[in-house]
Amino acid sequence: MTGINWFKYSAPSAFYPLAVRSVPWFAAIAAVLAAIGLYLGFAVAPTDAQQGEAYRIIFIHVPAAWMSMFIYVVMAGWCALSLVFNTRLSAMMAQALAPTGAWFTFIALWTGAFWGKPTWGTYWAWDARMTSELILLFLYFGYIALRNAIDDPRRADRASALLALVGVVNVPIIYFSVKWWNTLHQGASVSVTAAPTMAKIMLVTMLIMALAAWAYTIAVALKRVQAIILERERNAGWVGALATA
Amino acid sequence: MNLSQFLNMGGYGFYVWGSYVVTAIVIVCELVSLHARMQRARGRTAAVSKTKGQAR
Repeated sequence: MTGINWFKYSAPSAFYPLAVRSVPWFAAIAAVLAAIGLYLGFAVAPTDAQQGEAYRIIFIHVPAAWMSMFIYVVMAGWCALSLVFNTRLSAMMAQALAPTGAWFTFIALWTGAFWGKPTWGTYWAWDARMTSELILLFLYFGYIALRNAIDDPRRADRASALLALVGVVNVPIIYFSVKWWNTLHQGASVSVTAAPTMAKIMLVTMLIMALAAWAYTIAVALKRVQAIILERERNAGWVGALATA
Repeated sequence: MNLSQFLNMGGYGFYVWGSYVVTAIVIVCELVSLHARMQRARGRTAAVSKTKGQAR
């Protein structure tokens, strides 16, 4: 045991300085990994035999699609914690993740369309995976809109947490959609149970870009949670001390 | 490979750069709006603690 009392950080007053200190580190990691990923993606990875250069879109598409689902699950996890333990900070973390999750969902859909046009011949189809990913975007919008519609932040926490938890059923639907329905979107190229079906350098590049997306998400969420803490705890003495310091 | 070949992306330039540029724009938008939100929150917090200080 390291002797760190993690519960200490469940109080916004203790968590705030930790978030302030962490952001530059995660931002730096994100920038370095993205630079390496872009270099590998454009200078090292060879042209794909079937898709030509168009396949380079997957270096953003796949990490963005992973993040869109992963952020939703993490967000729903924070929502569950906030409902069970009635903790303010968990609800704030969920609130901080939602916009970034929505952005990643948008990027996954956008880059998917731009990859689909040259490869499948269409920007959009009502395919199972694409449709369920679009529903994910609407779930993020719904969560954000519901929060903004309720003035009392603690009531907003509870209502939006319920919505987020109900919506989590959509995530396995997105993930397994390519198995359950045999529509346009192809199956997974990377799987935990089978060897990947792509060239090693392409796979490595994709994973580095995914790690960059992780670090970016952590940095942005920790920055946004600082703003949320200031917005919501404005009247607390310690927040006033922060602002005047 | 020269620059115009690189930008052309084997004929897929529009799709490849259409994806990368829009992603870059999204990231910049998110960072700018986040920065603005943080400034706003700081400003309001400072205003609240100022009025409190005057009340005391």
